[in-house]
Amino acid sequence: MSSVHARGGRWAPWLYLAPALVLLGGLLVYPIYQLGLISFLEYTQAQVSGGAPTTFRGFGNYQELFSDGQFWQVLLATVLFAAACVVSTLLVGCALAVLLTRVRAVPRLALMLAALGAWATPAITGSTVWMFLFDADFGPVNKVLGLGDFSWTYGRYSAFALVLLEVVWCSFPFVMVTVYAGIRAIPGEVLEAASLDGASQWRTWRSVTAPMLRPILVVVTIQSVIWDFKVFTQIYVMTGGGGIAGQNLVLNVYAYQKAFAGSQYSLGSAIGVVMLVILLVVTLVYLRLMRREGREL
Amino acid sequence: MRIQRPWRLAAEASALLIALVVAFPLYWMVLSAFKPAGEIESTEPRPWTLDPSLDSFHRVFQQQEFGRYFVNSLIVAGTVVVVSALVAFLAATAVTRFRFRFRTTLLIMFLVAQMVPVEALTIPLFFLMRDFGQLNTLGSLILPHLAFSLPFAIWMLRGFVKAVPEALEEAAYLDGASRSRFLWQILFPLVFPGLVATSVFSFISTWNDFLFAKSFIISDTSQSTLPMALLVFFKPDENDWGGIMAASTVMTIPVLVFFVLVQRRLVSGLGGAVKD
Repeated sequence: MSSVHARGGRWAPWLYLAPALVLLGGLLVYPIYQLGLISFLEYTQAQVSGGAPTTFRGFGNYQELFSDGQFWQVLLATVLFAAACVVSTLLVGCALAVLLTRVRAVPRLALMLAALGAWATPAITGSTVWMFLFDADFGPVNKVLGLGDFSWTYGRYSAFALVLLEVVWCSFPFVMVTVYAGIRAIPGEVLEAASLDGASQWRTWRSVTAPMLRPILVVVTIQSVIWDFKVFTQIYVMTGGGGIAGQNLVLNVYAYQKAFAGSQYSLGSAIGVVMLVILLVVTLVYLRLMRREGREL
Repeated sequence: MRIQRPWRLAAEASALLIALVVAFPLYWMVLSAFKPAGEIESTEPRPWTLDPSLDSFHRVFQQQEFGRYFVNSLIVAGTVVVVSALVAFLAATAVTRFRFRFRTTLLIMFLVAQMVPVEALTIPLFFLMRDFGQLNTLGSLILPHLAFSLPFAIWMLRGFVKAVPEALEEAAYLDGASRSRFLWQILFPLVFPGLVATSVFSFISTWNDFLFAKSFIISDTSQSTLPMALLVFFKPDENDWGGIMAASTVMTIPVLVFFVLVQRRLVSGLGGAVKD
């Protein structure tokens, strides 16, 4: 092993890593630093155009943010909405993955292709199609459900529900395909041995299948948390920029509105930092879970 | 696993039914794109049309340089896919086939980098692009997406590079192959299926991008991408649903084609990546 790796000298790995590190350093690490920096400054339209000097505000932006009732309301909505999306996506994805293992080739292919279609649909077109399906005047859903001209995007909860449906539709396929691949990867002999030992189906699932699927379930859960916590396009497009009077804002859209519509770049950055911190905590939990699984990096 | 016949039939019937429900939005999108104007605005929507028309597509391709946007989207997504695949391949090789200081630290960093909410970086990236004169250029869309797709691509490719036996590498050197020859002529073709699977993710995330296009392409709209073209059909008084559905169809089809082409590789790639 060492004879192979000695080739090219000790700088070889860094040479291979250089392009990736330059890109990540310049476009990920440096912007994170900048984000933090701006969140401590007074940075609005006046400073951007050079009309006023940039001043240091310390935790001023955060104080302003945390004393704003709307921020807490948006934060709560973001967490609850993301949680609802994650739970629904995982339930649907896992249930359908199990269903896939129980059916023959034709229904399996049909469901797989339909799911791939939903997965492949860009977030923005998925949003427009679901809006159209639930349109108060021209949509088929209200027609079939006999809801008349009920507007889904008018009410706060019905608007969130509509976005949730779209999010689940386009993100359950990832969970389904991944979990299905995981179930298929469990060696048949193991399951056979369990049934020879007289284990019931439920027992086999609990003691054999579920533990072997755990690492995969951790991966898809974390990916879903990250993904659903930062939903932007669907909310922005389907609720017209955050709903009536901002009733459907989530942190991402809120930060965008503050920064680019309101020119309050420092407040927008402070919101970005809050999001970053929350997701970092999730990541740390993920790393600990992986460590406990005993998986080597 | 043995399942009794009626149960299996019930399972198969529900699988088919669910497939129909899942596919319905896409069917409705394509159907509505082909419906003539009168039928689109009917308050009695029908799940078929007797009178398909290309009017909505005509309107899409005539109004505001839609073709131009389409090409821009292809350039951006294509560049990101190719470049990030190459860069990730090199990096994944480095972290799997070499032992060096900070290797584990780097791996953890790549993992953490995947979790960064890139949308939160819109503000600093906006100023960065402005300072480098990249606002209103395709570069302002390509560069960030390149960086964002890398951590996941490296993480995913790692499994594929790892799976190539060390003995193969030794044998190649014994036969007098140089390191770069091994890298490009032996390792690269072997991990190609993995590259395809990772490409799906970078393609989708780039093709989907709406926030950066909206934030970085502000004055020169000829540099815009498809998601922005779609918004033109949303009007304050009444949305042009025919146009929206036609534009959505045009935007979705390249991704669908890409998915169908790599479908098998994607499923096995995901299996390989999660098993790891």
